[in-house]
Amino acid sequence: MESWKQNKAVFWVTALPGVVWLLLFFLIPLALIWGMSFGEKTSIVDIEITGTLANYLRSFEAVYVKIIWKSIWISVISTAVCLAIAYPIAFGICFSPARWRPLLLLLVILPFWINLLIRTYALIAVFRTRGTLNFTLEWLWDLAFLDKLVGPYQPLELLYNNGAVIVGMVYVFMPFMVLPLYATIERLDRSYLEASLDLGASQWRTFFSVTVPLTMPGIVSGIILVFIPMLGMFLVPDLLGGTNAIMIGNVITDQFKAANDWPFGAALSFLLMYVTFAALAVRAFIGSRMKGGVGV
Amino acid sequence: MTYTPKYRASRRSVLKGSGAAFIGLTMLPRFAMSAEEKKLNFYNWDTYIGETTLADFNKASGIEVKMDLYADNAELFAKLKEGNPGYDVIIPTNDYVERMIAAGMLDTLDSSKIPNLSNVADAFKDATFDPGRKHSVPYMWGTLGIGYRKSKVKDASSWKAVLEENENSGRISLLGDGESVIGVALQYLGHSFNSVVPAEMKAAEELLIAGKKGVKVYADDNGQDLLASGEVDLAMEWNGDIIQVMGEDDDLSYSVPGEGSLLWQDCVCIPKGAPHPDNAHAFINYLLDADAGALIADTIQYATANAAAKAKMDATYTGNPGIFPPDEVIAKCEASLYSEEKTKLRNESWTRIQAA
Repeated sequence: MESWKQNKAVFWVTALPGVVWLLLFFLIPLALIWGMSFGEKTSIVDIEITGTLANYLRSFEAVYVKIIWKSIWISVISTAVCLAIAYPIAFGICFSPARWRPLLLLLVILPFWINLLIRTYALIAVFRTRGTLNFTLEWLWDLAFLDKLVGPYQPLELLYNNGAVIVGMVYVFMPFMVLPLYATIERLDRSYLEASLDLGASQWRTFFSVTVPLTMPGIVSGIILVFIPMLGMFLVPDLLGGTNAIMIGNVITDQFKAANDWPFGAALSFLLMYVTFAALAVRAFIGSRMKGGVGV
Repeated sequence: MTYTPKYRASRRSVLKGSGAAFIGLTMLPRFAMSAEEKKLNFYNWDTYIGETTLADFNKASGIEVKMDLYADNAELFAKLKEGNPGYDVIIPTNDYVERMIAAGMLDTLDSSKIPNLSNVADAFKDATFDPGRKHSVPYMWGTLGIGYRKSKVKDASSWKAVLEENENSGRISLLGDGESVIGVALQYLGHSFNSVVPAEMKAAEELLIAGKKGVKVYADDNGQDLLASGEVDLAMEWNGDIIQVMGEDDDLSYSVPGEGSLLWQDCVCIPKGAPHPDNAHAFINYLLDADAGALIADTIQYATANAAAKAKMDATYTGNPGIFPPDEVIAKCEASLYSEEKTKLRNESWTRIQAA
């Protein structure tokens, strides 16, 4: 193949749309927001970029640190649950008959065809006090004559708490975990698994010592794909969470809307981004240290 | 680092300029025509116009109205802040009218093009937030109050029913709009809705934090749905929202608590940079027409500021205390006043309340 150095015109023609797109719709808006995070409001609509660090300092007030911390643990739990559910799903799809695979994958991405807001409202209809799930449980309760023995069914309070937020997050982000896992599990050389079992390792041992390390790239990219957007999520806590539901995404939305304090909102957004970059750097560091030992 | 970025970021004008350039490019041939094209972009709240109003207006004037919806004033403001994306008519609430006038975001209205202004009720002919009514025309007004399920709730005549722990605890929803919730808490404590006195604000914050145990959810704009579906028995909500669900369920009722409440007024305005100002004036004039106004009031069941339209309505509407509360209750209500300081303090307090 010809090197791009020998055919610069072709290179630039093909690269230009992508570069322009990236510049116009990603880097420039991001740079504007970044600049704004060092700014101050001078009137209702004007912001002066003064290079102040006040917005970042304000982000470290106890109340915001507390909310960031909450966002992190909610996202960690939701990511873990996502992984625990998605791994068997991805495995199942890979080991199903070849003609079923496209259909099963289609089912995984099917929710994308419906707007996120509508899916979340659908969850409300399922989980609310007089929702589908409680009605079903009540029907089963009555079917087992528990209403005669124990008393009438008491509806479960499934909405408006942290549990509901986690369920909502897992539901929304599941496909982002399944797809990268599927991609790596599919490439998995099954003779390694057979070798491990033939050499006397148990199923568990084979899974944790062979399968998991071999599919680690998929696990890591799944975690990144899911954890980062979860951290900034505001819709799910808004709709499914209770009075304590506030996450950092909600605080940021508030700054751009009700509070009309864009500089502070910008600083919080970038703080989130710095945290994400730090996490990625740590991952790269661990990855490079592991390379020698595990041989992934 | 020697470089200190210091320029006056007049982003609004830059974006407005580029926006105008963009509109200029896309609409170039149309500008060649002398009269305005028969189009109007209307930015409105959801379920806030008569069922056939837009079609009727089209029939009467030939102007085609395209309506987009927003869920709250903050969304409207954020969208227009960087320059008008092409809307001709908007309906902000009084404190946002004030804010948008201060920010120079509203066009002055030409009253000679709105002869139906004479239909406006006397009480609304002038406004403190827009002296002389230069930028706004009153549309609907109403109150914040408590929607409740009569069979489950004994007494909803005080804000106590939703702000303090009681037998209905856990079955209560408050609004998700911190400014209003804190304002109401201040009124319950005997202060002004608009207070920014630190000690009073602090007392209200403590009251709301203590009351969280009883509150199931801060509902953004769906308190009426929570009430109707039986998720909660008490909901702090806007009167029109509750009245809409009261029509479907006899067990629901609405009260404006005795401590007073928020009285709001939504106004029709033309944002700066509206592409079809003449059509906008024609539309505003049409909204103030007696028959058209009556049709809107009949659909949305909010209190109209259009006296001629009100005169055409029957007693089930004009005599409904949920829509038109008694005068002594109105006397205790306050309008939300705009101030940057208040917005900032309320928002910080609201974040603390939610995180507590």
